[in-house]
Amino acid sequence: MNSASASTGINHVVEVKEVCLDFPTKEGVVKALSNVDLNINAGEFVSFIGPSGCGKTTLMRVLADLEQPTSGSVLVNGMSPAEARKQRAYGYVFQAPALLPWRTVQDNVLLPLEIMGYESGQRQQLAQEYLQLVNLSGFEDKYPWQLSGGMQQRVSIARALVIEPQLLFMDEPFGALDEITRDHLNDQLLRLWQQTQKTVVFVTHSIPEAVFLSSRIVVMSPRPGRIIDIIDCNLPADRTLDIRESPEFLAIAQRVRAGLAAGHSYDD
Amino acid sequence: MTTKVSAPAKIQLGRTPSSTIPVLTVILAIIMIWYAGAVHLNSDQIIDRYEKKGIDWSLVQLANDSWNMKRAVLPSPHQVLMELKATIIDKNVTSKRSLIYHAGITLSSTLVGFLLGASLGIGLAVGIVYVETLDKSLMPWIITSQTIPILALAPMVIVVFGAMGISGLLPKALISMYLCFFPVAVGMVKGLRSPQPMLVDLLDTYSASKWQVFWRLRLPSAVPFLFASLKVAIALSLVGAIVAELPTGGQAGLGARLLSGSYYGQTNLIWASLIAAAVMSASLVSILGLIERKVCYRLAGGQEVSNEL
Repeated sequence: MNSASASTGINHVVEVKEVCLDFPTKEGVVKALSNVDLNINAGEFVSFIGPSGCGKTTLMRVLADLEQPTSGSVLVNGMSPAEARKQRAYGYVFQAPALLPWRTVQDNVLLPLEIMGYESGQRQQLAQEYLQLVNLSGFEDKYPWQLSGGMQQRVSIARALVIEPQLLFMDEPFGALDEITRDHLNDQLLRLWQQTQKTVVFVTHSIPEAVFLSSRIVVMSPRPGRIIDIIDCNLPADRTLDIRESPEFLAIAQRVRAGLAAGHSYDD
Repeated sequence: MTTKVSAPAKIQLGRTPSSTIPVLTVILAIIMIWYAGAVHLNSDQIIDRYEKKGIDWSLVQLANDSWNMKRAVLPSPHQVLMELKATIIDKNVTSKRSLIYHAGITLSSTLVGFLLGASLGIGLAVGIVYVETLDKSLMPWIITSQTIPILALAPMVIVVFGAMGISGLLPKALISMYLCFFPVAVGMVKGLRSPQPMLVDLLDTYSASKWQVFWRLRLPSAVPFLFASLKVAIALSLVGAIVAELPTGGQAGLGARLLSGSYYGQTNLIWASLIAAAVMSASLVSILGLIERKVCYRLAGGQEVSNEL
């Protein structure tokens, strides 16, 4: 990285510099993030991993302008997160599907397009396209309660993708699902990422999930929330779930685990 | 598949098989207690009369006379039924002695007051949720307004409006409005604030405007809360309308019938009016309940929801 590109921020989709975030609580100030530095390049799949309270979700919420840092600077697509949010530069997938129960699957996917004022013909076409991408064609007229948890989360992924952002934030999107569904969706997400070439920022507390999906893994630790290791992860692009048995995979997983153990204080 | 598989039996969840028998049992018990109460309350006068006339009386005779007494302290159920028949079925609807005529007058001010009160309540709730100053300043006043007894307020409102030459529906509707805006405002504030933070964040990531969030998220989320409040409000609105009819000196409406009943000692009339008011109130609440069920069914995406009171 040269200093010119770092200062203009053109080459980095996300640039985080010395970000701190303190939450005032009754028991005193909690340092949710402490001196976080991170750059994310276009087309990367970056996972934040760490135990509860390490600030991984908070960091992503800062990137999405849902939380304001106490100090430090953040650039998303070379703009402040607030501007990036106003320009609708990213899609966000939450921990739960967060679908509106009174809207059909299709209408849920249409929601962001309606709000952003797309023409109705274009809306329908985009919704169809992205529902097909997450393998939900034929479910357009179903209501959320008629779908399984995994299908609901796929609807929410389609809803995040339908505005065609180049940047996708995913906050433990599969955390509430059973392991078989999770494996299946991990596989689908990997294909989706490879097809669409988007930049993905992904929060998880599952080591195999992080290693399987990511091109880079950011290991975080709590109290104060900080980055303790960044691990490159160059598994072959055509990997399948079987790769989880391979020595390369296990070696990376081992390094992540060691990082998590080092950062975690067991005395509390 | 070659073999025929029978459809699984429909299982009703969370619903008792039938409520007919318990309801009938309760009604029967009430009627029995009522008859017993009529004997208890009316017997003193009747026994007096027996003693003046020196009649030998039996318990059966006493009961019979207590249940058919004119101007009884507590008229018996069949007397009230006869009164209801006489004033509902036997009288022309336009007659001033028809209970339907009076119920219609009370109903119209109940409904106007309800519409005004519900609109005011919803308007206040939107203000409280969206304007921080109103959030901090309005609620104490709204609560204070409800500590003033309506019985003290109603005559003043009627008299003041009367002095301005305004009488009839409007002052009565205002009193109903005064009673029913409160539950609507409180329920609606809670409803508008009920969406999960995650859904609010979701719309934030789209940079949705306040009004987009209102129409697409807050309002639909508030509807179940709104209906619970509206059911309370419409019953209160009827109470308001009846209370507002008392100080007018018994011109028209169920309240006026109650008043003239007590002026002239016509207890049958009082009870018949009371029953008419109760039936009206129950019907209004049930109609809202039916609408609620339909709307909430749509809002849950066609999933059956329980909305028992």
